[in-house]
Amino acid sequence: MIEVRDLVTHYGPREILHGVDLRIEPGEIMVIIGGSGSGKTTLLRHLLGLKRATSGSVRLLGHDLAAVSSLELFELSKRIGVAFQGGALFSSMTVGENVMLPLVEHTRLDRETMEIMMRMKLEITRLSGFEDLMPSELSGGMIKRAAFARAVIMDPVVLFADEPSAGLDPTVSRSLDELILELRDAMGMTIVVVTHELDSAFRIADRVTVLDQGDVLFIGTVDEIRRSENERIQNLLNRRFKEEELDPDEYLARLTGERSRT
Amino acid sequence: MADALDSSPLALRVSESVGRSTVRALSSVGFGAILAGQSLYWLVLGRRQGQVVRARPVFAEMMEIGIRAIPIVTLLSMTIGIMLAIQGIYQLQRFGAQSQVVFGVAFGMTREFAPLITGILVAGRSGSALAARLGTMTINQEVDALRVMGMNPVRYLVAPSFLAMLVMLPALVIWADLVSLLGAGLYISADLGMTLSAYFGRVLDLLRVGDILHGLEKSVIFAVLIVVIAIVDGASVKGGAEGVGRVTTRAVVHGITAIVLTDMLFAFATTRG
Repeated sequence: MIEVRDLVTHYGPREILHGVDLRIEPGEIMVIIGGSGSGKTTLLRHLLGLKRATSGSVRLLGHDLAAVSSLELFELSKRIGVAFQGGALFSSMTVGENVMLPLVEHTRLDRETMEIMMRMKLEITRLSGFEDLMPSELSGGMIKRAAFARAVIMDPVVLFADEPSAGLDPTVSRSLDELILELRDAMGMTIVVVTHELDSAFRIADRVTVLDQGDVLFIGTVDEIRRSENERIQNLLNRRFKEEELDPDEYLARLTGERSRT
Repeated sequence: MADALDSSPLALRVSESVGRSTVRALSSVGFGAILAGQSLYWLVLGRRQGQVVRARPVFAEMMEIGIRAIPIVTLLSMTIGIMLAIQGIYQLQRFGAQSQVVFGVAFGMTREFAPLITGILVAGRSGSALAARLGTMTINQEVDALRVMGMNPVRYLVAPSFLAMLVMLPALVIWADLVSLLGAGLYISADLGMTLSAYFGRVLDLLRVGDILHGLEKSVIFAVLIVVIAIVDGASVKGGAEGVGRVTTRAVVHGITAIVLTDMLFAFATTRG
């Protein structure tokens, strides 16, 4: 499905990912977890072909994203769905128009069929009856649901979700987890979720990838990660604050602003 | 020289920052050229690649850029027409040649003021709106969403505005030509006792097609500049809502500056050949 090999990326002069290797198998829910600054969002952008890597490769559905033509990328994009963190719904369109947009752009179905398909997806995401509202009239949880409805309207092979439960209360976040599981069970999608919410990750994941400061710390099932004896993973699981080892000279240089001396 | 630079970090810093901003400016110009080229590409060849530029957003943009600008364009161009007539008569009185004011008004409006005023107005109204929209969409990841949905952002967001602007700005300039000449005519007929029909007869005698075209050609260049600058600035957004405000202001300032400079260069280039 997805294969990442030795992916190295930079943001400006800073190296964000230091050689990430990752395989995502068909039909599984892979959850990529890590704290802020771990590089998980950057990794997702690479999986989506939104960024170019410094070195290494990303293969999505058998295509090397660095080598595909724009036409192939266009075809590829019809087979994936993405639910963005903030929903990324178009504010000038109603919820229904947002959900239908990929159909309008990529298919020649008649309007009535598109509307039926749109209502079906809204039904799955429990938003039926909201199709005529504007995105600004929806709550945070509903916007994410609408984003999921739009992401699956073309029945994608792979679904990506960026922080599906961030900023939501536990009940709503739980219902989104249920939704992800339902989508996998009902449509057999491969699902890639990027999140920092451990509870949510453990509820839905078949396998978990732990990113830490640009390195893959661990890839395995939920049970495996719970049994792991790696200290950093245990710190993460138990939400322990990681004590940085302090180099007195460097600390002094940092405080006095003399970066060049280190 | 190298010694001077070494011993003076200030000079080094200044030259470095000049160099950096030059490179940045050049790369935005390049980016702008690419955008304009891609917009044309999608307009002409989009259908073949399943990336159609649809009529509906083009018409919606035409409404917004063109039709909704008519009241303000009418008001300002009429005012400028009258203003030009007042100043013209006042100056020409000194030579007792008031009736020659028609000459100045006819050429001044069609060649200069109508396209310039319309361009500046549209840059302020629609350039800012475009930059703000693109900035907001970039921040809300809507541009990313377009890309992963297989919709080229240039085709979907830029090309409709580009086409709408290319059609509506020259159309507005023609309207501004008419309204401003009417405004000047009304003042001249009241002040000099020349009938309106005699006035328009003179105007038509004086003006050649080339004069109108001179203004229209400029407005086409302005149209390209307004869209490209708005998109380049809008896409460069950083930070949240504050960033959108900043790029919007920048788009208007850059747009108007580019219009005024281009106006002068165009006049220089086309009147000396």
